[in-house]
Amino acid sequence: MEDWKTGSLEVNEKVIMNKEEIIHILSEVKDPEIPVLTISDLGILRAVEYENDIVQIQITPTYSGCPAMEVIQEDIRTELARYGLRHIEIKQVLSPAWTTDWMSEAGKQKLVAFGIAAPAIHTCFLSGEDKPESCPLCHSKNIEMISRFGSTACKALYRCLDCQEPFDYFKCH
Amino acid sequence: MDLFSSYIIHLADNALILGHRNSEWTGHGPILEQDIAISNIALDLIGQARNFYQLAAVRMNEMEPGENITEDDLAYLRDGNEFKNFILVEQPNGDWAKTILRQFYFSSFQLLLYRELLKCQHAELAAICEKSIKETRYHLKWSSEWVIRLGDGTSESHSRMINAQLDLNPFIDELFLPADFDYEMAESGVGILPEILKEEWFRRVNGIFETATLPFVPAQNKVMQILSGKNGVHSEHLGFLLAEMQFLQRAYPGCTW
Repeated sequence: MEDWKTGSLEVNEKVIMNKEEIIHILSEVKDPEIPVLTISDLGILRAVEYENDIVQIQITPTYSGCPAMEVIQEDIRTELARYGLRHIEIKQVLSPAWTTDWMSEAGKQKLVAFGIAAPAIHTCFLSGEDKPESCPLCHSKNIEMISRFGSTACKALYRCLDCQEPFDYFKCH
Repeated sequence: MDLFSSYIIHLADNALILGHRNSEWTGHGPILEQDIAISNIALDLIGQARNFYQLAAVRMNEMEPGENITEDDLAYLRDGNEFKNFILVEQPNGDWAKTILRQFYFSSFQLLLYRELLKCQHAELAAICEKSIKETRYHLKWSSEWVIRLGDGTSESHSRMINAQLDLNPFIDELFLPADFDYEMAESGVGILPEILKEEWFRRVNGIFETATLPFVPAQNKVMQILSGKNGVHSEHLGFLLAEMQFLQRAYPGCTW
């Protein structure tokens, strides 16, 4: 975690020229709790500016108390330090509030492949029923909720009544 | 302390103290899934508290440069009479029915309050409320389902919900009583007078109670009503909570992970 401070990390020789290259590097930073998703897939990377060797980044939390946010900030610093970028300012912005609508289609597909059901509806329909489309393992639609809360704030717990497996649902939020 | 900071700290303290109470269930929940649920709600509330404390700290440092107050100072280094949370949220967990009812009352209130504050003239405060209200809505959904399940469950679970009301109903009035900072915030367009939420709060709570086959039990214990958490006059329970929550920072000042 602290590699970027001690300088013991593997250094990449590539010279960073512009903001697009930084965005490309950042788009590889993973969510520590759902490691198949990058912060770009999740839609929590809000803005990047690069000027006079200073990188300014805006990220937004998924949930107010999400403990992954601090790890993500450290990972961003570590990743950029590999390219010699050490002047990094990271700001958390709250508005507009993140919703699961910010998650990319690619991200949703990765979730399902990982065994987590992806958010099923656009959040403007949240007053209605929010449940996964199908079991991410056997794709049966014969499923039921076990609990509104799962292993992290962003997930609920379901079970499949056909293959009998419990699974996480990345709930619409 | 200026009245804006007091108001923001009031919002933060409510979230922190209830978050801490809920976290006392971690590892002790009635079943694993509900242990996880109440712990997740604790996490959301503590996250909300951090956002409010950070906002208050910025204002306090603007007013008194050089103090360098942080969110941790506000959470860990204030004494009981400086806390401005409702008496309701510091009440001990009791049984599951009491914990559920406390969460249901508070989330019902928080939802209505955040809905008003979304429209307020302070951009940072509105942003925190915009973020938090989604979480609060979910807490309310979860706790409403439990109120219905327990109220309309067995005679045992029903009577426990009645007992929970006997314990907690004396603290409902405080939710709607204004403190000095409420008047000032309402005047300046930052906050509201809480009494405007009262009718809607009772309408919603009674709606769920009706589904849960629960009567509303009017508060009996008038003595409790001399307490005013918003003004720092707390029940004896807050001191014990702070003793545990603040222990590490008091015993080892400045200690970090």
